[in-house]
Amino acid sequence: MSVIETRGLRRDFTVRVKAGWLRRRTRVVAAVDGIDLTVERGEMLGYIGPNGAGKSTTLKMLTGVLSPSGGQVRVCGLTPVAQRTRLARRIGVVFGHRSQLWWDLPLAESFALLRHVYGVPAGDHAGRLAYARRMLELDAFLDTPVRQLSLGQRMRGELTAALLHGPEILFLDEPTIGLDVVSKQAVRAFLATLGAAGDTTIVLTTHDLADIERLCRRLIVIDQGRIVHDGSLDELHARYGSRRRLVVDLDEPLAAPLVAPGLTVEAVQADGRRITYALDGAVVTAGDVVRRLTEVAALRDISVLEPDIEDVVARLYTRREGPPPR
Amino acid sequence: MGSAGFTAYRHIVAAQVRGQAQYRASFAIDLVGSVMFGVIDLASVLVLFRVVPALGGFALGEVFLMATLAGVAFALADLAVGNVERLRVYVRSGLLDAVLVRPLGVLTQLTAIDVAPRRVGRVVFGVAVLALAASRAGVAVTPLSLALLLVTPIAGAVIFSGIFVATATVAFWWIESGEIANGLTYGGLNFAQYPITIYGAILRRLFAYAIGFAFVAYYPALALLDRADPLGGPAWLGYAPPAAAALVAGGAALVWRIGVRHYRSTGS
Repeated sequence: MSVIETRGLRRDFTVRVKAGWLRRRTRVVAAVDGIDLTVERGEMLGYIGPNGAGKSTTLKMLTGVLSPSGGQVRVCGLTPVAQRTRLARRIGVVFGHRSQLWWDLPLAESFALLRHVYGVPAGDHAGRLAYARRMLELDAFLDTPVRQLSLGQRMRGELTAALLHGPEILFLDEPTIGLDVVSKQAVRAFLATLGAAGDTTIVLTTHDLADIERLCRRLIVIDQGRIVHDGSLDELHARYGSRRRLVVDLDEPLAAPLVAPGLTVEAVQADGRRITYALDGAVVTAGDVVRRLTEVAALRDISVLEPDIEDVVARLYTRREGPPPR
Repeated sequence: MGSAGFTAYRHIVAAQVRGQAQYRASFAIDLVGSVMFGVIDLASVLVLFRVVPALGGFALGEVFLMATLAGVAFALADLAVGNVERLRVYVRSGLLDAVLVRPLGVLTQLTAIDVAPRRVGRVVFGVAVLALAASRAGVAVTPLSLALLLVTPIAGAVIFSGIFVATATVAFWWIESGEIANGLTYGGLNFAQYPITIYGAILRRLFAYAIGFAFVAYYPALALLDRADPLGGPAWLGYAPPAAAALVAGGAALVWRIGVRHYRSTGS
């Protein structure tokens, strides 16, 4: 059963541009421009795009914060804005930029209040809190007022707060923003465990592509309010021809360049003793290349570089002429 | 607010009170400050009567009763929903989005989250002075007058609450709306403290009748004092505050809904 379903979802904003001393010209800008999205229960979805692509706007429409300008949207079978409070009981939302917790209260007290806000039975609440305390190691700062928490501690608190009512969908808007490496890993590990359990659908927006690589089997890239990719990370690489790289260090430069189908030289350095090849994985393997190189030269060192998602996405972002070729 | 909403509201307020009560000295100072607001409001009436023997046809005791009725009403409203003025902070910082993803009414959350228990000081002071003012003004002790003394501040509080909410709503359109709100809330208190006979016709029509400030203190005070309205209004106006309060509350609720809808359609 799909938990999120949108058809032609749109959101326009009216922008006022100064046009003279008092006059303003208004211009309508489509922040989200017709998004069709179906998300099944238990999916982990990465939702990425450059700044201003419409990520947060989409998320706001899915959570009932913002009304759509057009199209249909159903989340957990509900219409988000019209059925906001009913939906709120069934989803959890974490905004990386704003706290959902009570600033002056200790974390433990915020959690106790949320039980009343969501009307959660005491037993369920205690069970979920115990789980989060163990998984996110909250005990050390459970009695600290939220305003005194570090960003990493606070984010672990936010995650717990969003899950105490047992939501069917967890929306995360840049949950790892500003976190140090250790905190990022803690958050990712927790989300991975949560997603693996399969009960909770997770929708994540991020600028940190490592979040996506670690967590999301399905990746949606939006740009200028439209979906430009919907599929796995591998499919993204395949579609945009990203290739693995083989870097070899040789004792002496090659007498003649190595020629093979699917193999291109990307760079030659250190007087020809270091060569970087790009490999088309469908045609040639790193093993082939290494074997053929050992026949003609003395290999000192090799390394294989996985395709860099940042590169792919950067290339995607810079294609500014509408939908990509299929 | 449903019963679940009220339970949540109660717990949030209780937590907020506990949180602030931790800082005892600071809480005590705030409490004294809150009482001082009430003292100054009433002192201004006393000061005025040092230079004039009567105001708009009313003696000190009578005006003092009006001022205390208005003072208690304002203090109650300030305690219950005064913090709704922080709406503009929520709109500006985007925190309102976090409020909208919780399963409670927006107003319930805003009033509960920022509740300021120190404002109890002004309420308690006002109630104490109201008893004194009523007896000094010679209000007859009858079941009807006691009921009126109880209902009037509550109805007045609803009127002020409506003004607090309606003016805070301006923040949905215009973030720097603080002065407008203060003008109508604190300005409204100053207006309602005095008999409306002292104001010019335009001011009276606008504030006393259109907004309803005449029903915070003036008309119920006439009923309590058993005096006829110098402006010729019928005697039943003294018992009209609950109806006036219902109208103001209805209007405020409407404005609020429009405001929230506007926020969701602009995402400002």
